[in-house]
Amino acid sequence: MTLRQPPLAGVYTDATLTDFGGWEMPVEFESIRAEHTAVRETAGKFDVSHMGQVTVSGPDALELTQRLTTNDVAALGPGDAQYAGITDEDGILLDDTVVYRLPAESDDDYLFIPNAGHDGEMAERWVSHREEWGLTATVTNRTEEYAMVALQGPHAQALLAAETVLELDSLGRFEVANGVVAGVECLVARTGYTGEDGFEILCPAGDAETVWNAADCQPCGLGARDTLRLEMGYLLSGEEFHPRDEPRTPYEADIGWTVALDTDFVGRDSLAAQERDGVGETLVGVELLDRGVPRHGYEVTDLDGATLGHITSGTMSPTLGVPIALAYLPTEYAEPERSVEVVIRGEPKEARTRATPFIDR
Amino acid sequence: MSFDVPEDLRYLESHEWVTTDDTARVGITDFAQDELGDVVFVELPAEGDELTAGEDFGVVESIKAVSDVYAPVSGTVTAVNEALFDQPELVNEDPFGDGWMLEVELADESELDELLDAAEYRDQIE
Repeated sequence: MTLRQPPLAGVYTDATLTDFGGWEMPVEFESIRAEHTAVRETAGKFDVSHMGQVTVSGPDALELTQRLTTNDVAALGPGDAQYAGITDEDGILLDDTVVYRLPAESDDDYLFIPNAGHDGEMAERWVSHREEWGLTATVTNRTEEYAMVALQGPHAQALLAAETVLELDSLGRFEVANGVVAGVECLVARTGYTGEDGFEILCPAGDAETVWNAADCQPCGLGARDTLRLEMGYLLSGEEFHPRDEPRTPYEADIGWTVALDTDFVGRDSLAAQERDGVGETLVGVELLDRGVPRHGYEVTDLDGATLGHITSGTMSPTLGVPIALAYLPTEYAEPERSVEVVIRGEPKEARTRATPFIDR
Repeated sequence: MSFDVPEDLRYLESHEWVTTDDTARVGITDFAQDELGDVVFVELPAEGDELTAGEDFGVVESIKAVSDVYAPVSGTVTAVNEALFDQPELVNEDPFGDGWMLEVELADESELDELLDAAEYRDQIE
Protein backbone atom coordinates (compact mmCIF):
# COMPACT_ATOMS: atom_id res chain seq x y z
CA MET A 1 0.00 0.00 0.00
CA THR A 2 1.28 3.45 -0.84
CA LEU A 3 1.82 5.54 2.27
CA ARG A 4 0.17 8.93 2.54
CA GLN A 5 2.68 11.74 2.32
CA PRO A 6 2.44 14.71 4.70
CA PRO A 7 2.72 18.17 3.13
CA LEU A 8 6.15 18.55 4.72
CA ALA A 9 7.55 15.37 3.13
CA GLY A 10 9.92 17.49 1.05
CA VAL A 11 11.79 18.85 4.06
CA TYR A 12 12.66 15.47 5.59
CA THR A 13 16.00 14.93 3.93
CA ASP A 14 17.81 13.77 7.08
CA ALA A 15 15.01 12.17 9.06
CA THR A 16 14.36 8.48 9.64
CA LEU A 17 10.87 7.76 8.33
CA THR A 18 8.28 5.24 9.46
CA ASP A 19 4.76 4.07 8.59
CA PHE A 20 2.48 5.63 11.15
CA GLY A 21 -1.22 4.97 10.62
CA GLY A 22 -0.66 4.72 6.89
CA TRP A 23 1.40 7.92 6.69
CA GLU A 24 5.13 8.13 6.01
CA MET A 25 6.24 10.23 8.98
CA PRO A 26 9.57 11.23 10.51
CA VAL A 27 10.34 9.16 13.59
CA GLU A 28 13.65 10.78 14.39
CA PHE A 29 15.68 13.70 13.01
CA GLU A 30 18.80 13.79 15.16
CA SER A 31 18.24 11.66 18.23
CA ILE A 32 15.10 10.94 20.21
CA ARG A 33 16.88 11.91 23.40
CA ALA A 34 18.06 15.26 21.99
CA GLU A 35 14.63 16.03 20.55
CA HIS A 36 12.86 15.04 23.76
CA THR A 37 15.18 17.22 25.84
CA ALA A 38 14.69 20.19 23.52
CA VAL A 39 10.94 20.06 24.14
CA ARG A 40 11.31 19.76 27.91
CA GLU A 41 13.93 22.51 28.18
CA THR A 42 13.51 24.90 25.21
CA ALA A 43 11.24 24.06 22.26
CA GLY A 44 10.69 21.55 19.51
CA LYS A 45 8.48 21.38 16.42
CA PHE A 46 6.59 18.34 15.18
CA ASP A 47 4.79 17.63 11.95
CA VAL A 48 1.48 16.19 13.10
CA SER A 49 -0.23 16.47 9.73
CA HIS A 50 -0.99 12.75 9.92
CA MET A 51 -3.60 13.52 12.55
CA GLY A 52 -7.04 13.75 10.98
CA GLN A 53 -8.93 17.00 10.57
CA VAL A 54 -12.70 16.74 10.23
CA THR A 55 -14.97 19.81 10.34
CA VAL A 56 -18.65 19.82 11.22
CA SER A 57 -20.99 22.72 10.51
CA GLY A 58 -24.66 23.48 10.08
CA PRO A 59 -27.67 23.68 12.41
CA ASP A 60 -27.12 20.27 14.04
CA ALA A 61 -23.32 20.31 14.19
CA LEU A 62 -23.41 20.55 17.98
CA GLU A 63 -25.95 17.78 18.43
CA LEU A 64 -24.17 15.42 16.05
CA THR A 65 -20.79 15.88 17.74
CA GLN A 66 -22.38 15.76 21.18
CA ARG A 67 -23.89 12.38 20.38
CA LEU A 68 -20.66 10.94 19.00
CA THR A 69 -18.15 12.08 21.63
CA THR A 70 -18.09 11.38 25.36
CA ASN A 71 -17.44 14.91 26.66
CA ASP A 72 -19.93 17.79 26.83
CA VAL A 73 -19.60 19.65 23.54
CA ALA A 74 -22.32 22.12 24.62
CA ALA A 75 -19.93 23.42 27.27
CA LEU A 76 -17.63 24.81 24.57
CA GLY A 77 -17.80 28.50 23.74
CA PRO A 78 -16.38 29.81 20.46
CA GLY A 79 -12.61 29.25 20.57
CA ASP A 80 -12.73 26.50 23.22
CA ALA A 81 -11.45 22.94 22.89
CA GLN A 82 -11.84 19.72 24.87
CA TYR A 83 -10.39 16.23 24.97
CA ALA A 84 -12.93 13.44 24.45
CA GLY A 85 -13.40 9.78 23.70
CA ILE A 86 -15.31 8.33 20.76
CA THR A 87 -16.99 5.12 21.88
CA ASP A 88 -19.21 2.39 20.49
CA GLU A 89 -22.50 1.22 22.06
CA ASP A 90 -20.56 -0.83 24.60
CA GLY A 91 -18.52 2.19 25.67
CA ILE A 92 -15.36 0.79 24.00
CA LEU A 93 -12.96 3.49 22.81
CA LEU A 94 -12.79 3.67 19.02
CA ASP A 95 -10.64 6.78 19.10
CA ASP A 96 -9.70 9.73 21.25
CA THR A 97 -9.86 13.25 19.93
CA VAL A 98 -9.75 16.95 20.62
CA VAL A 99 -12.97 18.76 19.70
CA TYR A 100 -12.52 22.45 18.85
CA ARG A 101 -15.41 24.86 18.72
CA LEU A 102 -14.03 27.17 16.10
CA PRO A 103 -13.78 30.93 16.63
CA ALA A 104 -16.92 32.87 15.70
CA GLU A 105 -15.53 34.19 12.41
CA SER A 106 -14.70 30.69 11.07
CA ASP A 107 -16.57 29.07 8.17
CA ASP A 108 -17.14 25.86 10.11
CA ASP A 109 -18.55 25.33 13.59
CA TYR A 110 -16.51 22.44 14.97
CA LEU A 111 -13.27 20.68 14.15
CA PHE A 112 -12.23 17.38 15.62
CA ILE A 113 -8.94 15.58 15.30
CA PRO A 114 -9.10 11.79 14.83
CA ASN A 115 -5.90 9.80 15.12
CA ALA A 116 -3.67 9.01 12.15
CA GLY A 117 -5.45 6.80 9.68
CA HIS A 118 -8.82 7.15 11.42
CA ASP A 119 -9.95 10.26 9.54
CA GLY A 120 -11.92 8.43 6.85
CA GLU A 121 -13.59 6.08 9.30
CA MET A 122 -14.52 8.88 11.70
CA ALA A 123 -15.83 11.18 8.97
CA GLU A 124 -17.96 8.27 7.76
CA ARG A 125 -19.16 7.66 11.31
CA TRP A 126 -20.35 11.25 11.55
CA VAL A 127 -22.06 11.05 8.15
CA SER A 128 -23.78 7.72 8.77
CA HIS A 129 -25.09 8.82 12.17
CA ARG A 130 -26.23 12.11 10.73
CA GLU A 131 -28.30 10.13 8.24
CA GLU A 132 -29.57 7.70 10.86
CA TRP A 133 -30.65 10.49 13.18
CA GLY A 134 -31.96 12.80 10.43
CA LEU A 135 -29.71 15.69 11.45
CA THR A 136 -28.63 18.59 9.29
CA ALA A 137 -24.86 19.05 9.33
CA THR A 138 -22.02 19.22 6.85
CA VAL A 139 -19.14 16.89 7.64
CA THR A 140 -15.90 17.47 5.74
CA ASN A 141 -12.72 15.42 5.97
CA ARG A 142 -10.06 18.12 5.60
CA THR A 143 -7.08 15.93 6.49
CA GLU A 144 -5.48 16.38 3.08
CA GLU A 145 -6.23 20.12 3.01
CA TYR A 146 -4.60 21.00 6.32
CA ALA A 147 -1.13 20.65 7.68
CA MET A 148 -0.61 20.70 11.42
CA VAL A 149 2.59 21.78 13.12
CA ALA A 150 2.97 21.38 16.88
CA LEU A 151 5.32 23.83 18.56
CA GLN A 152 5.96 22.61 22.08
CA GLY A 153 8.13 23.58 25.02
CA PRO A 154 8.78 26.41 27.47
CA HIS A 155 10.09 28.65 24.67
CA ALA A 156 7.17 27.92 22.33
CA GLN A 157 5.26 31.10 23.09
CA ALA A 158 8.26 33.37 22.57
CA LEU A 159 9.08 31.64 19.27
CA LEU A 160 5.53 31.90 18.00
CA ALA A 161 5.13 35.50 19.20
CA ALA A 162 7.93 36.50 16.83
CA GLU A 163 5.86 35.23 13.89
CA THR A 164 2.33 36.39 14.73
CA VAL A 165 0.47 39.41 16.03
CA LEU A 166 -1.95 37.12 17.88
CA GLU A 167 -2.19 37.99 21.58
CA LEU A 168 -0.78 34.70 22.84
CA ASP A 169 -1.00 35.74 26.49
CA SER A 170 -4.76 35.79 26.16
CA LEU A 171 -4.93 32.39 24.44
CA GLY A 172 -5.47 29.96 27.31
CA ARG A 173 -4.81 26.23 27.46
CA PHE A 174 -7.33 24.42 25.22
CA GLU A 175 -8.29 27.62 23.42
CA VAL A 176 -8.07 28.26 19.69
CA ALA A 177 -7.98 31.45 17.58
CA ASN A 178 -7.63 32.47 13.97
CA GLY A 179 -4.34 34.19 13.38
CA VAL A 180 -1.66 34.88 10.79
CA VAL A 181 1.60 33.01 11.37
CA ALA A 182 4.55 33.91 9.13
CA GLY A 183 2.11 35.53 6.72
CA VAL A 184 -0.13 32.45 6.53
CA GLU A 185 -3.77 32.40 7.71
CA CYS A 186 -3.81 29.74 10.41
CA LEU A 187 -5.79 28.33 13.24
CA VAL A 188 -3.66 28.51 16.38
CA ALA A 189 -4.60 26.27 19.31
CA ARG A 190 -2.93 26.13 22.70
CA THR A 191 -2.94 22.33 22.71
CA GLY A 192 -0.42 19.54 22.37
CA TYR A 193 0.47 16.09 23.59
CA THR A 194 3.81 16.57 25.32
CA GLY A 195 2.89 17.98 28.74
CA GLU A 196 4.60 21.26 27.86
CA ASP A 197 3.09 24.60 27.05
CA GLY A 198 2.73 24.90 23.32
CA PHE A 199 0.65 25.36 20.23
CA GLU A 200 -0.80 23.32 17.42
CA ILE A 201 -0.93 25.37 14.25
CA LEU A 202 -3.27 24.34 11.44
CA CYS A 203 -2.54 25.84 8.06
CA PRO A 204 -3.34 25.11 4.41
CA ALA A 205 -1.22 22.16 3.26
CA GLY A 206 0.44 24.29 0.59
CA ASP A 207 1.79 26.71 3.21
CA ALA A 208 3.12 24.05 5.56
CA GLU A 209 6.78 24.67 4.76
CA THR A 210 6.44 28.40 5.45
CA VAL A 211 5.01 27.76 8.91
CA TRP A 212 7.47 24.94 9.63
CA ASN A 213 10.49 27.04 8.66
CA ALA A 214 9.26 30.05 10.65
CA ALA A 215 9.37 28.04 13.87
CA ASP A 216 13.11 28.16 14.42
CA CYS A 217 13.77 25.27 16.82
CA GLN A 218 14.63 21.57 17.02
CA PRO A 219 12.66 19.45 14.53
CA CYS A 220 11.27 16.43 16.37
CA GLY A 221 9.92 13.11 15.17
CA LEU A 222 7.26 10.78 16.42
CA GLY A 223 9.82 8.93 18.54
CA ALA A 224 10.21 11.93 20.83
CA ARG A 225 6.47 12.54 20.75
CA ASP A 226 6.00 9.02 22.07
CA THR A 227 8.49 9.36 24.95
CA LEU A 228 7.06 12.79 25.85
CA ARG A 229 3.46 11.56 25.90
CA LEU A 230 4.40 8.47 27.86
CA GLU A 231 6.12 10.51 30.59
CA MET A 232 2.75 12.27 30.94
CA GLY A 233 0.79 9.01 31.00
CA TYR A 234 -1.20 10.06 27.92
CA LEU A 235 -2.87 7.41 25.79
CA LEU A 236 -1.70 6.36 22.37
CA SER A 237 -4.35 4.98 20.02
CA GLY A 238 -3.44 1.43 19.07
CA GLU A 239 -1.35 0.92 22.21
CA GLU A 240 -3.50 1.82 25.22
CA PHE A 241 -6.73 1.21 23.34
CA HIS A 242 -7.76 -0.50 20.13
CA PRO A 243 -11.29 -1.70 19.37
CA ARG A 244 -10.07 -5.22 18.48
CA ASP A 245 -6.66 -5.75 20.12
CA GLU A 246 -7.15 -3.73 23.31
CA PRO A 247 -10.87 -2.99 23.75
CA ARG A 248 -11.05 -0.55 26.66
CA THR A 249 -13.53 1.94 28.01
CA PRO A 250 -12.60 5.49 29.09
CA TYR A 251 -12.88 4.40 32.74
CA GLU A 252 -10.43 1.54 32.23
CA ALA A 253 -8.12 3.82 30.25
CA ASP A 254 -8.15 6.30 33.14
CA ILE A 255 -9.81 9.09 31.15
CA GLY A 256 -13.13 8.84 32.98
CA TRP A 257 -13.00 12.63 33.36
CA THR A 258 -13.80 12.94 29.64
CA VAL A 259 -17.14 11.15 30.10
CA ALA A 260 -20.09 13.51 30.60
CA LEU A 261 -22.83 11.08 31.64
CA ASP A 262 -25.37 13.91 31.76
CA THR A 263 -25.16 14.18 27.96
CA ASP A 264 -26.60 11.74 25.44
CA PHE A 265 -23.96 9.94 23.38
CA VAL A 266 -23.31 6.53 21.83
CA GLY A 267 -22.07 4.29 24.63
CA ARG A 268 -23.51 6.42 27.43
CA ASP A 269 -25.71 3.73 28.98
CA SER A 270 -22.90 1.18 29.05
CA LEU A 271 -20.55 3.72 30.58
CA ALA A 272 -23.14 4.83 33.14
CA ALA A 273 -23.40 1.20 34.25
CA GLN A 274 -19.64 0.87 34.42
CA GLU A 275 -19.32 4.09 36.37
CA ARG A 276 -21.86 2.73 38.85
CA ASP A 277 -20.39 -0.79 39.12
CA GLY A 278 -16.72 0.12 38.81
CA VAL A 279 -14.04 -1.42 36.60
CA GLY A 280 -11.92 -4.48 37.27
CA GLU A 281 -8.79 -3.21 35.57
CA THR A 282 -7.35 0.21 34.98
CA LEU A 283 -4.36 1.81 33.32
CA VAL A 284 -1.53 2.17 35.81
CA GLY A 285 1.97 3.67 35.69
CA VAL A 286 4.82 1.21 36.22
CA GLU A 287 8.49 1.88 36.90
CA LEU A 288 11.02 -0.88 36.36
CA LEU A 289 13.51 -1.07 39.23
CA ASP A 290 15.79 -3.66 37.59
CA ARG A 291 17.73 -2.89 34.46
CA GLY A 292 15.84 -3.29 31.20
CA VAL A 293 13.15 -1.66 29.11
CA PRO A 294 9.47 -2.58 29.47
CA ARG A 295 7.77 -2.86 26.07
CA HIS A 296 4.29 -3.29 24.61
CA GLY A 297 2.89 -6.75 25.37
CA TYR A 298 5.22 -7.73 28.22
CA GLU A 299 3.48 -9.56 31.02
CA VAL A 300 3.09 -8.01 34.49
CA THR A 301 2.87 -10.43 37.42
CA ASP A 302 2.62 -10.30 41.19
CA LEU A 303 5.58 -11.39 43.30
CA ASP A 304 4.41 -15.01 43.11
CA GLY A 305 4.48 -14.94 39.33
CA ALA A 306 0.70 -14.84 38.84
CA THR A 307 -0.34 -12.81 35.80
CA LEU A 308 -1.86 -9.43 36.61
CA GLY A 309 -1.89 -7.80 33.20
CA HIS A 310 0.35 -6.49 30.46
CA ILE A 311 2.36 -3.47 29.41
CA THR A 312 0.71 -1.30 26.76
CA SER A 313 3.69 0.97 26.17
CA GLY A 314 7.04 1.52 27.78
CA THR A 315 10.33 3.28 27.29
CA MET A 316 13.45 4.52 28.99
CA SER A 317 12.32 7.93 30.21
CA PRO A 318 14.77 10.49 28.83
CA THR A 319 13.81 12.99 31.54
CA LEU A 320 13.99 10.64 34.53
CA GLY A 321 16.59 8.17 33.26
CA VAL A 322 14.47 5.24 34.45
CA PRO A 323 12.37 2.70 32.53
CA ILE A 324 8.65 3.59 32.67
CA ALA A 325 5.52 2.00 31.28
CA LEU A 326 1.75 1.90 31.28
CA ALA A 327 -0.08 -1.35 32.03
CA TYR A 328 -3.62 -2.55 32.54
CA LEU A 329 -3.73 -4.01 36.06
CA PRO A 330 -6.44 -4.94 38.59
CA THR A 331 -7.75 -1.70 40.11
CA GLU A 332 -6.16 -2.36 43.50
CA TYR A 333 -2.81 -1.88 41.77
CA ALA A 334 -3.75 1.68 40.82
CA GLU A 335 -2.34 2.61 44.20
CA PRO A 336 1.30 3.75 43.84
CA GLU A 337 4.27 1.83 45.26
CA ARG A 338 2.77 -1.62 44.81
CA SER A 339 5.49 -4.20 44.07
CA VAL A 340 5.02 -6.07 40.80
CA GLU A 341 7.23 -7.81 38.26
CA VAL A 342 7.59 -7.29 34.53
CA VAL A 343 8.57 -10.39 32.56
CA ILE A 344 11.28 -9.46 30.06
CA ARG A 345 12.46 -12.25 27.76
CA GLY A 346 11.28 -14.81 30.27
CA GLU A 347 12.92 -13.18 33.28
CA PRO A 348 10.84 -11.51 35.99
CA LYS A 349 12.18 -8.02 36.74
CA GLU A 350 11.43 -5.99 39.85
CA ALA A 351 9.02 -3.09 39.32
CA ARG A 352 6.55 -0.91 41.18
CA THR A 353 3.38 0.93 40.34
CA ARG A 354 3.52 4.71 40.06
CA ALA A 355 1.10 7.57 39.78
CA THR A 356 1.02 9.32 36.42
CA PRO A 357 2.18 11.68 35.10
CA PHE A 358 5.63 10.28 35.77
CA ILE A 359 7.13 13.76 35.66
CA ASP A 360 6.11 16.81 37.61
CA ARG A 361 3.98 18.83 35.17
CA MET B 1 25.49 9.71 5.27
CA SER B 2 28.75 7.78 5.37
CA PHE B 3 29.62 5.39 8.14
CA ASP B 4 32.91 4.41 9.67
CA VAL B 5 33.97 0.90 8.51
CA PRO B 6 37.48 0.14 9.85
CA GLU B 7 39.61 -1.88 7.39
CA ASP B 8 41.15 -4.24 9.92
CA LEU B 9 37.89 -5.75 11.22
CA ARG B 10 35.56 -8.48 9.99
CA TYR B 11 31.77 -8.06 9.86
CA LEU B 12 28.54 -9.97 9.99
CA GLU B 13 25.62 -9.07 7.75
CA SER B 14 23.68 -8.45 10.95
CA HIS B 15 26.08 -5.54 11.71
CA GLU B 16 28.45 -6.96 14.32
CA TRP B 17 32.21 -6.45 14.04
CA VAL B 18 35.06 -8.63 15.30
CA THR B 19 38.82 -8.19 15.52
CA THR B 20 41.06 -10.89 14.02
CA ASP B 21 43.20 -11.57 17.11
CA ASP B 22 43.22 -14.93 18.95
CA THR B 23 41.12 -13.26 21.59
CA ALA B 24 38.65 -11.47 19.38
CA ARG B 25 36.82 -8.36 20.48
CA VAL B 26 33.19 -7.97 19.38
CA GLY B 27 30.79 -5.03 19.05
CA ILE B 28 28.18 -3.53 16.73
CA THR B 29 28.98 -1.25 13.82
CA ASP B 30 28.66 2.49 13.38
CA PHE B 31 25.83 1.83 10.91
CA ALA B 32 24.00 -0.37 13.45
CA GLN B 33 24.24 2.14 16.28
CA ASP B 34 22.93 4.86 13.97
CA GLU B 35 20.00 2.71 12.87
CA LEU B 36 19.12 1.87 16.46
CA GLY B 37 19.31 5.41 17.77
CA ASP B 38 19.88 6.21 21.44
CA VAL B 39 21.04 2.97 23.08
CA VAL B 40 19.58 2.71 26.59
CA PHE B 41 20.20 -0.91 27.60
CA VAL B 42 22.62 -3.71 26.78
CA GLU B 43 22.23 -7.33 27.89
CA LEU B 44 25.38 -9.44 27.54
CA PRO B 45 26.50 -12.96 28.50
CA ALA B 46 28.81 -13.60 31.43
CA GLU B 47 32.51 -14.38 31.36
CA GLY B 48 33.00 -18.07 30.70
CA ASP B 49 29.86 -18.43 28.59
CA GLU B 50 30.19 -20.20 25.28
CA LEU B 51 29.20 -18.49 22.03
CA THR B 52 28.24 -20.17 18.79
CA ALA B 53 28.87 -18.32 15.55
CA GLY B 54 25.65 -16.98 14.07
CA GLU B 55 23.61 -17.34 17.26
CA ASP B 56 22.42 -14.43 19.33
CA PHE B 57 24.44 -13.64 22.45
CA GLY B 58 22.67 -10.59 23.80
CA VAL B 59 20.32 -7.71 23.26
CA VAL B 60 20.78 -4.04 22.52
CA GLU B 61 17.83 -1.77 23.21
CA SER B 62 17.44 1.78 22.03
CA ILE B 63 14.60 4.06 23.03
CA LYS B 64 12.63 2.87 20.03
CA ALA B 65 13.75 -0.71 19.33
CA VAL B 66 14.99 -4.04 20.67
CA SER B 67 17.67 -5.86 18.66
CA ASP B 68 19.37 -9.19 19.16
CA VAL B 69 23.12 -9.22 18.64
CA TYR B 70 24.78 -12.20 16.98
CA ALA B 71 28.11 -13.87 17.57
CA PRO B 72 30.47 -13.51 14.60
CA VAL B 73 32.62 -16.38 15.95
CA SER B 74 32.37 -19.36 18.31
CA GLY B 75 34.36 -19.43 21.52
CA THR B 76 34.52 -18.65 25.21
CA VAL B 77 33.73 -15.21 26.58
CA THR B 78 36.88 -13.96 28.35
CA ALA B 79 35.76 -10.38 29.08
CA VAL B 80 32.56 -8.35 29.11
CA ASN B 81 32.50 -4.57 28.79
CA GLU B 82 30.74 -3.84 32.06
CA ALA B 83 30.94 -0.09 31.43
CA LEU B 84 28.01 -0.56 29.06
CA PHE B 85 25.71 -1.51 31.94
CA ASP B 86 25.95 2.01 33.37
CA GLN B 87 26.77 3.84 30.14
CA PRO B 88 24.99 2.08 27.26
CA GLU B 89 25.36 5.31 25.27
CA LEU B 90 29.03 4.35 24.70
CA VAL B 91 27.69 2.10 21.93
CA ASN B 92 26.50 5.24 20.13
CA GLU B 93 29.46 7.40 20.99
CA ASP B 94 32.30 5.01 20.18
CA PRO B 95 31.01 1.75 18.61
CA PHE B 96 34.47 0.46 17.62
CA GLY B 97 36.23 1.71 20.78
CA ASP B 98 34.75 2.17 24.25
CA GLY B 99 31.46 0.72 23.02
CA TRP B 100 32.91 -2.81 22.50
CA MET B 101 30.86 -5.61 24.03
CA LEU B 102 32.80 -8.86 24.50
CA GLU B 103 36.15 -10.53 24.14
CA VAL B 104 36.04 -14.12 22.93
CA GLU B 105 38.74 -16.78 22.84
CA LEU B 106 38.28 -18.27 19.39
CA ALA B 107 37.26 -21.90 19.11
CA ASP B 108 38.03 -22.04 15.39
CA GLU B 109 40.09 -19.34 13.68
CA SER B 110 38.86 -20.38 10.26
CA GLU B 111 35.44 -18.94 11.10
CA LEU B 112 36.95 -15.49 10.55
CA ASP B 113 37.34 -16.33 6.85
CA GLU B 114 33.58 -16.75 6.55
CA LEU B 115 32.93 -13.13 7.58
CA LEU B 116 32.67 -10.02 5.44
CA ASP B 117 35.71 -7.82 5.03
CA ALA B 118 35.41 -4.04 5.21
CA ALA B 119 34.80 -3.60 1.48
CA GLU B 120 32.08 -6.25 1.42
CA TYR B 121 30.38 -4.80 4.47
CA ARG B 122 30.58 -1.29 3.03
CA ASP B 123 28.85 -2.57 -0.11
CA GLN B 124 26.07 -4.00 2.03
CA ILE B 125 25.25 -0.78 3.87
CA GLU B 126 25.64 1.64 0.98
